[in-house]
Amino acid sequence: MTAKATPAKKVIATTSLAGCFGCHMSLLDIDERLFDLIELVDFNKSPLDDIKEFTKECDIGLVEGGCSNDENVHVLTEFRKHCRTLVAVGECAIMGGLPALRNLMPLKDCLDEAYRNGPTVADSNPQQILPHDPDLPKLLDRVYPCHEVVSIDYFLPGCPPSADLIWDALVALVSGNELALEYRTFKFD
Amino acid sequence: MTASAHPTIQSVIARYAGDATRLMDILIDIQEALGCLTHETTAAIAKELKVPQVTVEQTVSFYHFFAREPRGAFVVYLNNSVVAQFHGGEEVATAFEAAAGCRFGEVSADGVVGLFHTACIGMSDQEPAALINGQVFPSLTPDKARALVAGMRAGRTLEDLKGRDYGDGQNAHPLVRALVHNHIRRRGLTVFADYHPGEALAKVTGLSSGEVIAEIKLASVRGRGGAGFPTGMKWEFARRAAGETKYIFCNADEGEPGTFKDRVILTERPQMVFEGMAMAAYAVGAQQGILYVRNEYHYLRDYLEDVLAEMRAQHLLGEAICGVAGFTFDISIQYGAGAYVCGEESALIESAEGKRGEPRDRPPFPVEKGYLQKPTVVNNVETLCSAVQVMLKGPHWYNRLGTEQSKGTKVLCVSGDCERPGIYEVEWGFSVNDILALAGATAVQAVQVGGPSGACIGPEEFERVLAYEDLATGGSFIVIGPQRDLLKDVVLNFTRFFRAESCGSCVPCRALTGMAQVVLERIIDGKGTAEDVERLPSWQAIMRYNRCGLGQTALNPITSTINNFRSLYDGRLARGNPRFVPSFDLAAAVQDYEAAVGAGKD
Repeated sequence: MTAKATPAKKVIATTSLAGCFGCHMSLLDIDERLFDLIELVDFNKSPLDDIKEFTKECDIGLVEGGCSNDENVHVLTEFRKHCRTLVAVGECAIMGGLPALRNLMPLKDCLDEAYRNGPTVADSNPQQILPHDPDLPKLLDRVYPCHEVVSIDYFLPGCPPSADLIWDALVALVSGNELALEYRTFKFD
Repeated sequence: MTASAHPTIQSVIARYAGDATRLMDILIDIQEALGCLTHETTAAIAKELKVPQVTVEQTVSFYHFFAREPRGAFVVYLNNSVVAQFHGGEEVATAFEAAAGCRFGEVSADGVVGLFHTACIGMSDQEPAALINGQVFPSLTPDKARALVAGMRAGRTLEDLKGRDYGDGQNAHPLVRALVHNHIRRRGLTVFADYHPGEALAKVTGLSSGEVIAEIKLASVRGRGGAGFPTGMKWEFARRAAGETKYIFCNADEGEPGTFKDRVILTERPQMVFEGMAMAAYAVGAQQGILYVRNEYHYLRDYLEDVLAEMRAQHLLGEAICGVAGFTFDISIQYGAGAYVCGEESALIESAEGKRGEPRDRPPFPVEKGYLQKPTVVNNVETLCSAVQVMLKGPHWYNRLGTEQSKGTKVLCVSGDCERPGIYEVEWGFSVNDILALAGATAVQAVQVGGPSGACIGPEEFERVLAYEDLATGGSFIVIGPQRDLLKDVVLNFTRFFRAESCGSCVPCRALTGMAQVVLERIIDGKGTAEDVERLPSWQAIMRYNRCGLGQTALNPITSTINNFRSLYDGRLARGNPRFVPSFDLAAAVQDYEAAVGAGKD
């Protein structure tokens, strides 16, 4: 019996940069459609399967969170290199989100508050050390939305985007059909 | 705030009878006496006026001439508009900084000199210009800047620093004594024609109010602020509006960069403007008028008050005007405090009520619910002058001037790269080329017609004519020579201007003016992509939903140059891999961190 010719499954990678994993949780919220999903796609680099580095070129990259440190920039740049279509998922990836609140003040002030002057740390850091180590990512001067670092193909708005929106978008990307974007999916008030 | 400040606050507020709608006047006077408006001062003002402190705070924080901390014994507001930069504004700014020993936005250590930038101050024909403690210092050079600062330090007075080299015409009037020049290059048939105060009013008072409006309608006078709304119709609406109390406003808040006609008209033809307001009052049935003047022209205050007093003495204002029993009308002057958006009529009314100059939702229009919710006519300075001449010479005379849809004349303010910048009063219908020839502009890359909110056009369109049906303009006409970097020197300057002047009320205006600036800077830096250039014009569709003209036109500098000068954008786009936005510089982005932990290393 000859193997039935099936089109190759699309390959997806996902990551969470300066995000809260809420968008990944929303992805999991597609519930029983997860079974449909694994019929449709394979996962490569993703916290869902714990693959740490890309092992092949991917069709779709889903990025949650913006860039707050140089490791985020590195990961995002890798995603851009390895994913044909890159999607910024959720408020933080699109606009920086909550982490970007620190953009209102200089980085030095944030670090001083967190490690030197804050009421819970003032007594415990007598040498006034700010964390620094070759193994630690370096913080950027501000939190950048993904599209300011690499080119982004699609944006899925929401905090998080609803499970339905993520599902519909994935189906559209996999099938090549246009996404019927209903008003309710991006109306937030 | 010192304890001695309290009597000042109390006496100023008493001068305005504790009326919170006069907050602008109150704040201007208190700042003049105390130098700045601190939080303690606003708290004291709020207490006296019996309003919440936030009411005072929001007005103070809206206008850029209101200072929250001392700005120096001599406060220099140097214009950084496009035309000032053309004529050496940057060098003058550098000279001021070097001499004062502080940067712009700061006060010198000895507290003598404060340096601040401001948008166009209505002196585009004599730039670079600065306001120093309210007085105009035009045609500055680095040498003059250094001499001014030295004089301030030497303890000289403002009058002494100014000298006696007064400008022409009424600029030399004993109550004006300004260094400003009129530069009236062409006197037309309306504003700068022969004029004798009172003749028009005498004629008007012989007619019924309906007949006056009919004449203005027949002449097809349209608003000269830029939008061109039919004046007769506006008066008619206000006349028919319910209520006994009605107001006539004259809008002299010209803030469109490159415009300075109202300054010259108020200097040379104030009687005509006031007479026009009285005529409008007669037609509409209004009892009170307010001339709203931008703060930049505060130096005309004593002179304008004197003109008003003289007109009252001549029975052209006050009670029983021209001997007509019951025709009572008087005018007061309201100053702004630095906000371009107040040129929009509903924002202007809000400001005159002592509030932030944020445009109102319309309808209702001011002719129904305007100042203090009463029917209000807001007319441009030049519109009122046109109405006066229509009444003197008749609508048919007026109708013969201009084009099919644009009757009469227009006062143009020509500035930029030309031999003879200044005021040109021409009939509607002159082409751009005609004006360039009059002004002695030979090498021209582009002309900005109607200011930043208008259009930027290139030589292939110079045969287009100035008229509402083709190129509408409130007066601004900036000539841009071939030596200018159009995107950097002009478009970026205008874009920053709109971002700074957006009142912030509508989200598209508040957000997209900022985003447009970021994208434009990226393109100018050579880091933009083709997508950036394509995306910018698409935002125009969202900007349409802003409440006022500022927001609706704030992207015009960008969209009109993308339309007409696309190659200037394309030539600056980043080459190479288009999938990467090359503007992200990781080394630069981690510099702050490295500096911070470097300092904290053990």
